[in-house]
Amino acid sequence: MAKPKVATTSLAGCFGCHMSLLDIDDRILKLVELVDFDKSPVDDIKEFTGRCAIGLIEGGCCNEENVRVLQDFRKHCDILISVGDCATMGGIPALRNNIPLEECYEEAYLNGPSVHNPKGRIPDDPELPLLLDKVYPCHEVVKIDYYLPGCPPPADTLWEALVALLSNKPVNLPYELIKYD
Amino acid sequence: MSENLQTSVREICRACNNDRARMMDIVLAVQAKYGCVSSEAMDTIAKAVSTHRVEVESVVSFYAFLSSRPKGKVVIRLCNDVIDRMHGADRVAETFRQELGIGFGETTPDGQISLEYTPCIGMCDQAPAALVNDVVVTELHRSTAQHIVREINRHMDPRRLVTRLGDGNNAHQLVQAMVNNNIRKAGPVIFAPSDLGAGLAKALAMSPAEVIRDIKTARLRGRGGAGFPTGMKWEFARGANDQNRYVVCNADEGEPGTFKDRVILTERPELLIEGMAIAGYAIGASEGIIYLRGEYAYLRAFLEHMLNECRNWGILGQNIGGKKGFHFDIRIQMGAGAYVCGEETALLSSCEGLRGDPKNRPPFPAQKGYQSHPTIVNNVETFCCVTRIMDKGAGAFAQLGSSGSPGTKLLSVSGDCRSQGVYEVEFGIKLRDVLKMVGGEDAGAVQVGGPSGRMVGPDEFDRPICYDHLATGGALMVFGPECNVVDIARQFMEFFVEESCGYCTPCRVGNVLLKERLEQILAGRGEREDLAYLQELGETIKTMSRCGLGQTSANPVLSTIQSFPAAYEALLKDTRTDGFRPTFDIGAALGEAQAIVGRRSVHFAD
Ligand SMILES: Cc1cc2nc3c(=O)[nH]c(=O)nc-3n(C[C@H](O)[C@H](O)[C@H](O)COP(=O)(O)O)c2cc1C
Ligand code: SF4
Ligand code: SF4
Ligand code: FES
Repeated sequence: MAKPKVATTSLAGCFGCHMSLLDIDDRILKLVELVDFDKSPVDDIKEFTGRCAIGLIEGGCCNEENVRVLQDFRKHCDILISVGDCATMGGIPALRNNIPLEECYEEAYLNGPSVHNPKGRIPDDPELPLLLDKVYPCHEVVKIDYYLPGCPPPADTLWEALVALLSNKPVNLPYELIKYD
Repeated sequence: MSENLQTSVREICRACNNDRARMMDIVLAVQAKYGCVSSEAMDTIAKAVSTHRVEVESVVSFYAFLSSRPKGKVVIRLCNDVIDRMHGADRVAETFRQELGIGFGETTPDGQISLEYTPCIGMCDQAPAALVNDVVVTELHRSTAQHIVREINRHMDPRRLVTRLGDGNNAHQLVQAMVNNNIRKAGPVIFAPSDLGAGLAKALAMSPAEVIRDIKTARLRGRGGAGFPTGMKWEFARGANDQNRYVVCNADEGEPGTFKDRVILTERPELLIEGMAIAGYAIGASEGIIYLRGEYAYLRAFLEHMLNECRNWGILGQNIGGKKGFHFDIRIQMGAGAYVCGEETALLSSCEGLRGDPKNRPPFPAQKGYQSHPTIVNNVETFCCVTRIMDKGAGAFAQLGSSGSPGTKLLSVSGDCRSQGVYEVEFGIKLRDVLKMVGGEDAGAVQVGGPSGRMVGPDEFDRPICYDHLATGGALMVFGPECNVVDIARQFMEFFVEESCGYCTPCRVGNVLLKERLEQILAGRGEREDLAYLQELGETIKTMSRCGLGQTSANPVLSTIQSFPAAYEALLKDTRTDGFRPTFDIGAALGEAQAIVGRRSVHFAD
C-alpha cells in the first residue's frame, strides 16, 4: 500500500515551526517510513503532485500569495492542521492589525530608517504579493481541522499528533506538551 | 461654581449620614442635580464618606443611569427591545433623531437634551415606550415623538408631557402616569379583593416556625424566575446564627417582556408590604428593603406614601399587631439601570453601595446576605402570595394550580396578539389556551420567560405553564407566524452583551461571539458547522459562568436551534466551491492594498 502523503508550508511564519518539526531528531527516519512528503520546504517540492492525507500549515495569511497557497492546501489535503500560534491566531505578524495598511506600506517602502527608495514610490511589481487588509489566522480563510498551539509547538507535540493521526488513534498529549508558561 | 458643587455634594453626602453603604442614593442624587457625577464630585464624595475614589468611580461607571460626563437636563431613553421594534420603535427612533438633530448616545449642542437607547423598561404591553427623565411615555409613534421633542424644547419639563392618565392608581396624584395597568384577567391570589392586615394578623397569631411551616405546606415557590421553594429559603435564614436579619424585595423586574411587578406595585403594594412584614416576623428580621428598578422611579413617591399608610395602619412599625418586640420597617433602595442587579447577590451588592456585581455562592444570601447578615430575597409576587396564603390558608392555595406548581402566576403578555397585558392564571394552563385568551392563536413562536427563558414553537404549545414544563418568571412574548426567530435570538444576545457585568470571561466574551456568529448566519455567511460551534460555545458559557445571567444567556441561541432547526437550515448556504470560509471575502481583503499599490491582484484577478 502506498504511504500517505504529507505536505507542509510556511505562510506568514518564521519557519520556527518547521524547525521544531526537524527537532524530532532521529524520529525523522521513522517519519519517512510512515509517510511521503509532497509539496513542502523539507524536500523543496513546489507544487502538489497528488492528494495528501495531511497538510501542516505554519503561519497565518498576510498576503494574497499566502491565501492562494492555503486554498491550494485545502484543495489537496484531507486534513489541515494549523501549526503554531501564527497559524492559529495570527501571532507576531498580526501585531500590524492595529496599524493602518497605508502606514505599513509607507514604513516598509518610504519612511523606514533603512529604506533607500529615491523614486519615493510604493513598488507595484507583481512579484511582490499584495498585502491583505489584516493578517488572518488560517481558519478564517479556509476550514482547519486541527490546531497545535505553541510558538512553536514542541517537537514531541508534533510527533505525537502526527503519529496518532496516521495510525488512526486518539491523540494523547500530556500536560507538559501543551503547557506554555 | 466648583465651590458650590463641593458644598452641595457634601450636603448630599451628609443627608445620607456620610454612609458609604448609601453610595447609590448619593450618586443618584448628584446625578439628578448635575446631570452627571463629575470627576470633582467623585473626589468630594470619596472624601466625605471616607472611601477610595475608585470605589465611587466603579459605581458611577457601572450603572446605565449614571455618568461621569454631563448629560442633557432631559434624557430621553427609548426602549429598543424586540417588542418595541415590532411595534415601530425604529420609526420613533428616526423621528427623535431628526427632531433633535443628534444620534443615539449624543447630547444636543446646547447641552439640554440627550438621546439614548435602553433595554426593556417594563412597558412592553404599551410599546414603543420611552423614559423622559423619570416620566414614562407609551404607545409612541412618529407624531407623538415629534410632539415630545417640541414640548421639551419649549418648557424642559417632562411632567407636562403627561396629558392623559392611565387606569387605576396610575391616576393617583402621586403617580400621575400615562401608563396603563392592562389587567386582563384577575385571579384569586393577587388581584382578588383583599382584607388588609388579615394575613399579617393570622401570621402573628402563630409562631414564626408555624408561619414557615404553612408556607412550606402551600408549597410556594419563588415567582422571580428561579422557582426556589420559599419556605425552605426562609428556614435557612431563620436558622442562621445571627440575630440581624433582613427581608429584601426584588422589584428590579429587568427581564425583558416582564411587567407584572409594575402592576402589582401600582395596584397591590399593600399586599406586598404585608407579605414582607410576615416574612420579617417569620425569619426574625426588623428591616426590609424594596429594591426598585430605576425605570420605575415614577412609582417611588406613591410607594413611599403606601409605606407611610402601612405605618399608620399598623402593618409596619413597632410592636406590630400588639406583638411585643416585633418591629419591622421598610426602606426603598433605588436601582439605576442594570439588569444584572435583579440577580439577588448583585442586588445586595447594589444595596450595599457597590457596583452591581454578583457574588460567589456559597454562602447564599440566606446565610450571609445584606452586609453579611442572613437575608431573604424574594420577588414582589412571591410576597403577595405569602399574604394570601396566611389569610386564606395554605390548603386553599395549594389547591390552585397544578400539583408541582401550586397557586396562580401573573403572566406579562406582549407582542403579536390582540390583548397585551397582565393575566393571572392558574399554573398548569396550556400555552395554547393562554394564546387563545390573549388573541395570539396564530403565533409562530413564543418566548417563555424572557430572553433568559426559552423560545418555543407551535409543536410545544400544548405544554403547560409551570415550573416543570414551560417555566416563566412572568414573561410571554408572542411572535407572529412570519417571525424570524434567528434575528430575535440575535437581538436577545445584544441585550446580554450589554448587560453582562464582565466578571467571567465566558459570559463577557462568549456572548459577543454567539452574537457575531448569528450575525454572520443572518447575513448569509453561515455554514452548517456553525450550529455545532454555537451549541458548544453556548454550553461552555452556561457551565462556566458565575451567575444566572451567564448561565442563561445562551438560551436564545440554544433554544432556537433546538426548536427551530428549519429556520437555521434556511439560512445556511451550501459551502462554496473555492474552499474559502463563507465569512472570508478575498476581494474586500485586497481592496485597500490594490488602491495603495496601484495594481490589481495577480492571484485573484476578478
Ligand atoms: C440576571 C438575573 C436577573 C434577575 N432579575 C430578577 C428580577 O428582576 N426580579 C426577580 O424577582 N428576580 C430576578 N432574578 C432572580 C433572583 O436572582 C432571585 O432568584 C429571586 O429574586 C428570588 O426570589 P423568588 O424566589 O421569590 O423568585 C434574576 C436573576 C438573574 C440571574
Ligand atoms: S508560531 Fe512561533 S515559531 Fe511558529 S511561525 Fe509563528 S513565530 Fe514562528
Ligand atoms: S455570568 Fe456574566 S453577569 Fe454573571 S457574574 Fe459572570 S460576567 Fe457577570
Ligand atoms: S418596554 Fe420595551 S420590551 Fe419591555
